[in-house]
Amino acid sequence: MPDLAKKKVGLISCSGEELPEGTVTRRAVRKVLETLRPDETVTLCLPLFLAGGEGERSFARCYPTIAVDGCDKRCAARATEKYSAKPAASIVVTDVAKECGGGCTAIGTARRLNARGLALAEVLASKLADEVDLQLKAACRGRAKPRETD
Amino acid sequence: MSGERKKIPVAACSGIGKSLGAAAREAAFVLTEDLRPNRTNVVALSLLVMGDEEAGREVAGGQAIAIDGCKLECAAKGLACAGAANVHKVAVFDVVRRHRGLKPQGVCDLNEDGLKLARAAAAEAAKIVDDLDSEGGHA
Repeated sequence: MPDLAKKKVGLISCSGEELPEGTVTRRAVRKVLETLRPDETVTLCLPLFLAGGEGERSFARCYPTIAVDGCDKRCAARATEKYSAKPAASIVVTDVAKECGGGCTAIGTARRLNARGLALAEVLASKLADEVDLQLKAACRGRAKPRETD
Repeated sequence: MSGERKKIPVAACSGIGKSLGAAAREAAFVLTEDLRPNRTNVVALSLLVMGDEEAGREVAGGQAIAIDGCKLECAAKGLACAGAANVHKVAVFDVVRRHRGLKPQGVCDLNEDGLKLARAAAAEAAKIVDDLDSEGGHA
């Protein structure tokens, strides 16, 4: 079990290089890690699950994780479950965009998000930070359960 | 005839944790969008990790380019697992040694040195593409 001083939540983004939504996941995860919840979160590298990153695999077995995906293929959620353990929560950008009413059209490219894409990443980051808080509360009560978030 | 040739798939490190990984990701975009857009295209590493059939078809049995940010070489491993016949590697951690003045910083927003490093890595990848074309190894 990873030896961490306090309870942390792992964030796993798909980072999908083919879609701007993948870049949104990446930016949102970094925002939470660097600014919104720096003391409560770590990022896990999705490709490292495959490449044999035992640190990533064991973390996700022992601590709550939140998978953040850009499309309904849900690579981050499925990879986490396949190589480690079911994520405590799973968020898909397209669902968040629908909630916001704007959808995912005209958000820029995978290489460069435009203003709409950046705004969507901010909304997603905020939602992700709320989910981190929920997971930490559940963990403190000792009953974190996997759940879907949409 | 060059327009009919199959494009070379390029996979890059997801670059979520470190500047070198972010530079690898940016290098893939520089290569496929700016330097060799007619000869290369990006495949999402997350799809390869999950064994996506369409991504696998694109990669299986052919040449491929991996641009990795660290020695764990996730992109190269992902391409190999997807069945690429030859994985040509560009290691950003080696590229930065050849450009000692560069101090890449940032992840989502690379600083200017990070972008320079990405362009240097992309140039090395473009050379691989040109070599493959001159060898006729990617018809």
